[in-house]
Amino acid sequence: MNKKKQHHLSYAKWGYIFILPFFLAFFIFSLIPLVDTVRYSFYEYYRSGIKEIGPTFIGLENYAELLKSDMVAYAGNTLILWVIGFIPQIVIALLLANWFTDVRLKIRGKQFFKIIIYLPNLIMASAFAMLFFALFSTNGPINSILMSIGLTDTPIDFMGTTFGTRSLIGLMNFLMWFGNTTIMLMAAIMGISPDIFEAAELDGCGSFRRFFSITLPLIRPILAYTLITSIIGGLQMFDVPQILTNGQGNPDRTSMTLIMFLNSHLKSRNYGMAGALSVYLFIVSGILCFFVYRMTNGGDDSAAKPRKHAKGGKKA
Amino acid sequence: MKSTKNKLGETILAYLVLIILSFLCLFFFYILIVNATRSHADLQKGFSWLPGNYFLENLKSVANDGSFPMFKGIINSLIVSSCSAALCTYFSALTAYGLYAYQFKLKKVAFTFIMAILVMPTQVTAMGFLRLMTNIGLYDSLLPLILPSVASPAVFYFMYSYLESSLPLSLVEAARIDGSGEFMTFNRIVLPIMKPAVAVQAIFTFVGSWNNYFVPALIIQSKDKMTVPILIATLRGADYMNFDMGKIYMMITVAIVPIIIVYLLLSKYIIAGITLGGVKE
Repeated sequence: MNKKKQHHLSYAKWGYIFILPFFLAFFIFSLIPLVDTVRYSFYEYYRSGIKEIGPTFIGLENYAELLKSDMVAYAGNTLILWVIGFIPQIVIALLLANWFTDVRLKIRGKQFFKIIIYLPNLIMASAFAMLFFALFSTNGPINSILMSIGLTDTPIDFMGTTFGTRSLIGLMNFLMWFGNTTIMLMAAIMGISPDIFEAAELDGCGSFRRFFSITLPLIRPILAYTLITSIIGGLQMFDVPQILTNGQGNPDRTSMTLIMFLNSHLKSRNYGMAGALSVYLFIVSGILCFFVYRMTNGGDDSAAKPRKHAKGGKKA
Repeated sequence: MKSTKNKLGETILAYLVLIILSFLCLFFFYILIVNATRSHADLQKGFSWLPGNYFLENLKSVANDGSFPMFKGIINSLIVSSCSAALCTYFSALTAYGLYAYQFKLKKVAFTFIMAILVMPTQVTAMGFLRLMTNIGLYDSLLPLILPSVASPAVFYFMYSYLESSLPLSLVEAARIDGSGEFMTFNRIVLPIMKPAVAVQAIFTFVGSWNNYFVPALIIQSKDKMTVPILIATLRGADYMNFDMGKIYMMITVAIVPIIIVYLLLSKYIIAGITLGGVKE
């Protein structure tokens, strides 16, 4: 026993050596920047022309000013844009995952469909947004098609209206993420013991009942996990609205997201404001991270723990 | 009898929905490819479902455009994405192995810490990151886009789960008895065992880095260092109405199609990898 302990101790230093690069990189590229961000959020520190103002300590003034600014409206925009992408995404994903895993339906070409619906997830979001911008412009192909089949006489200015722009962003987010969610939920449903479904069938349980009374409750942990990672991703929404509206969030900044707001502060080198905004975002995502942490590290005794579904990705 | 009929109806409905969704997924890319093969004059006349024969001309004009150095951008993106994928997978595997195979005092603390930062958005540290890179002279260089990938919590977690399921510690003990050094054991024995995990994560990291826009947009300033997403953004910011539309579609094609080809070749592994790991951007 004693000998074994010694044996382990002699190798302990290798553990430290092996994890050192990770922590070193994290320290330099994330922790120092984080501390710096928090520090300057309490300072008046910005660039006006080529002159640098500050840093002067001003306490919580940046935070107060942000609350009075359009930040609240941008948070609302971000939420709306996330919701109109997420609702269809989760509904379609549940439907598809249920069909794909239902042995009684015998759907052919599952692999083929999976490959197609996952494809948009890997597309460069900025190029996808640029593509939508070109396709849906007033003289673009979509208008040309709509006019040729007689759905409209005059070109529709999709990006001229709040509804149009938000719908396009929602559509892009939906297309980019529903395949991913479908495949995640499929894995969750396939993790349910087939005995349960068989027993249900013997008892004369129909597809509808089966879905709502068995599948849905049993995959709840993974649904919750999908929801929270998606909110974290939604909070980070940037590429699509930024490119589609050229960073303006047009029309009338109704498509401006929080990260676009942060980006504009960073671009104009307003470090104080950018810092305070980052801290707000940090707090919100910190709370969400806590939930993910709780879910991935047990704590709940549910059968289908989303353990292996660690996702740090941008998800909207 | 009734139930069989219901099933048939449901199957038909399922196919219908799947076909509509597949159409939606492919439709926009189809228009993109078609339009990239047509000339500006053709495009002005309206939409056509059939490709034109202007593909090479458009490709040439993209290649020769000095204000949007697309091919230089692709080379930059390739450098950044390959280096990120290599660093990220190697060091994530190394960290996972360090925490999995060794017993040391801070082991639990280190593990808990990484799990706590698993889904932390990179954007919240962007301001400090930008300042730090400016201060140490790395602003407007490719290094800040590559080096941070050494610390990738999500990839680490994937590697750790993989080790848990596929590396018996007796194997490490056996290597020690044979006189293999600790680094040697990792590089020669553990890494080959982890090959499937490394491959999946390398693909996802590569794609994530290839598509990344937020950080490069902050760090990169000069034209010859721009990656593909920034070039696309610059294109959007320019007065595009005066541009050759065929060329614009070709630029988007050039940005998107390489990933589509890689995806179609590796789709089997990628689809299998989604549920195991995930996409880390």
